[in-house]
Amino acid sequence: MQHDDVIWDLIGNKSFCSYKVKTKTQQFCRNEYNITGLCNRSSCPLANSQYATVREEKGLCYLYMKVIERAAFPARMWEKVKLDRNYAKALEQIDENLIYWPRFIRHKCKQRLTKITQYLIRIRKLTLKRQRKLVPLSRKVERREKRREEKALIAAQLENAIEKELLDRLKQGTYGDIYNFPIHAFDKAMEKQEEETESEEEEEEDEEESGTREFVAEEEFEESDLSDFEDMNNLKGSSDEEEDAEEQSSEEEETEEELEEEKTKAKSKGKTPLKGPVRKKRAYVEIEYEQETEPAQKSKAT
Amino acid sequence: MDSTKVTTSESVSKKKGKTKKLKQKIKTDEAPVQEMEQAEIEVTENKSESGACFPPTFSVSEIKNKQRRHAMFLKLKEEKRKAPPKEVPKTIENQRIYDETTVNPEDEEVAFDEGTDEFSAYFNRLTNPKVLITTSDRPRGRTVRFCEQLATMIPHAHVYYRRGLALKRVIPQCISRGFTYLMVINEDRKVPNGLVLCHLPDGPTAHFKVSSVRLRKEMKRRGKDPTEHVPEVILNNFTTRLGHSIGRMFAALFPHDPQFVGRQVATFHNQRDFIFFRFHRYIFKNEKKVGIQELGPRFTLKLRSLQKGTFDSKFGEYEWVHKRHEMDSSRRKFHL
Repeated sequence: MQHDDVIWDLIGNKSFCSYKVKTKTQQFCRNEYNITGLCNRSSCPLANSQYATVREEKGLCYLYMKVIERAAFPARMWEKVKLDRNYAKALEQIDENLIYWPRFIRHKCKQRLTKITQYLIRIRKLTLKRQRKLVPLSRKVERREKRREEKALIAAQLENAIEKELLDRLKQGTYGDIYNFPIHAFDKAMEKQEEETESEEEEEEDEEESGTREFVAEEEFEESDLSDFEDMNNLKGSSDEEEDAEEQSSEEEETEEELEEEKTKAKSKGKTPLKGPVRKKRAYVEIEYEQETEPAQKSKAT
Repeated sequence: MDSTKVTTSESVSKKKGKTKKLKQKIKTDEAPVQEMEQAEIEVTENKSESGACFPPTFSVSEIKNKQRRHAMFLKLKEEKRKAPPKEVPKTIENQRIYDETTVNPEDEEVAFDEGTDEFSAYFNRLTNPKVLITTSDRPRGRTVRFCEQLATMIPHAHVYYRRGLALKRVIPQCISRGFTYLMVINEDRKVPNGLVLCHLPDGPTAHFKVSSVRLRKEMKRRGKDPTEHVPEVILNNFTTRLGHSIGRMFAALFPHDPQFVGRQVATFHNQRDFIFFRFHRYIFKNEKKVGIQELGPRFTLKLRSLQKGTFDSKFGEYEWVHKRHEMDSSRRKFHL
């Protein structure tokens, strides 16, 4: 026997119903056949033996009806009627099927149908627009990528790479005449020449020590005094070539010493003041040319 | 005769060094010619033996000949003193698996392709770049500021607010207004995390993952804001074919002739498939030293996919897609 009031007493207000969801202000019914979704005496599908709902499946609306005659046959309890796709015709169908039914249920069914058609229209509209695809991130992969990025950053040495590239471009001349650093190559050539002459002079010294005699002046000895001694040596009359060689060698040594002194001074001062002593060295270039004839002979001997 | 006999016996009994030496001592009384021969044979035998190892009981002090003993001693000492040659340290870049698509600078096929691909118009100076920067829907503050800073950095760049428009609709409009690049910055949780770079007339679309975005105010020791001068571009380490095309894509973002007066340089540096972007101002202190000061935002990119044609995620033809399980299996394999 179907006693709706008894059922409602058992499951209704302040009793337990498994479909009931309680919130602070309201009670909801999770039963899928519920027409309004609230837990009410008139909306409960369990506590009303004559009940109807509208439900949607795959874009089609169906009208479900339950009558008391079929309460004993749960498998056949709900009668399913397919409603028309046309909204107006569907409304008429509901009226036709639920004729003589309580006003409340008829009204609520139509309301539910309206809502369903509205959201179906919205779905169709949205699918035409852009759809956002959510791509899941794997935490393991993200961590791994982050670490690899850090390592790659360290390996990249960005500042060095950029500086190197810029300097290469400067050397190649992509900047044209904007930057005036032409002394660079010239300086390098200068330094090379000086190194060569120094090594040559050292060789000369070694070779001379083995055979010839030299009259070596003191470190503080100045060139100006030499000229007098030169004349005196010439007057004395030993072979001129030897003496000239000796004098030249002594001059060389003096100039070497002076060069070395200047170089050490230059080094102590720093890079930029090099321009001054560089020019002084250029004056000595003449002397160096004179020296170049001698090592040619001596290198051939060895 | 005797010497020949001795040599054969010596060759047979190579192991006994002592007997050899004793025989030699006997022979020293004889003609020096024989000695020389024996010495030569000795030398050759010694050479062959030095290739093999000496018997363990052999020590330098057992050689009776003073000069030879001294020479052996010096040689042993030298070998001990000489350090082993310094090995080149292994780095991931050294051990990188060789990629067949690495571009050879003189490759004709590559040159031909580059002469006829989508960027040839730019590289032949037919078009000037014009960039449209936009974001995904409803960008937050950080993304908006990032877009603005990008726009100041890239000349001829415009930022437009995306009002929920579909990219497929946006692209024809851009083409009609003469844009050459469309840049869309995707945002996730208030932070930019993706970049879609689409070359416009009908060019390739590259999708990158963006990470480590630093805005201008977060940079330490940064300079003033970038000026309107056209910056130079540095592209580092784009070696493979794929890397080459991506490199060209970046190059085509900037106008052709950099204004050296501005002294600004934008760098795209590829390291292990991560592309680091930096924006600097440089100054040459002398011919060997340059100082750089970072201005502008910095970020890193990782290529996710490269698609031929303009943006079309459903029906587009993908030239390259990053497949995690295939491509991330080896630590030494890189694709850019």
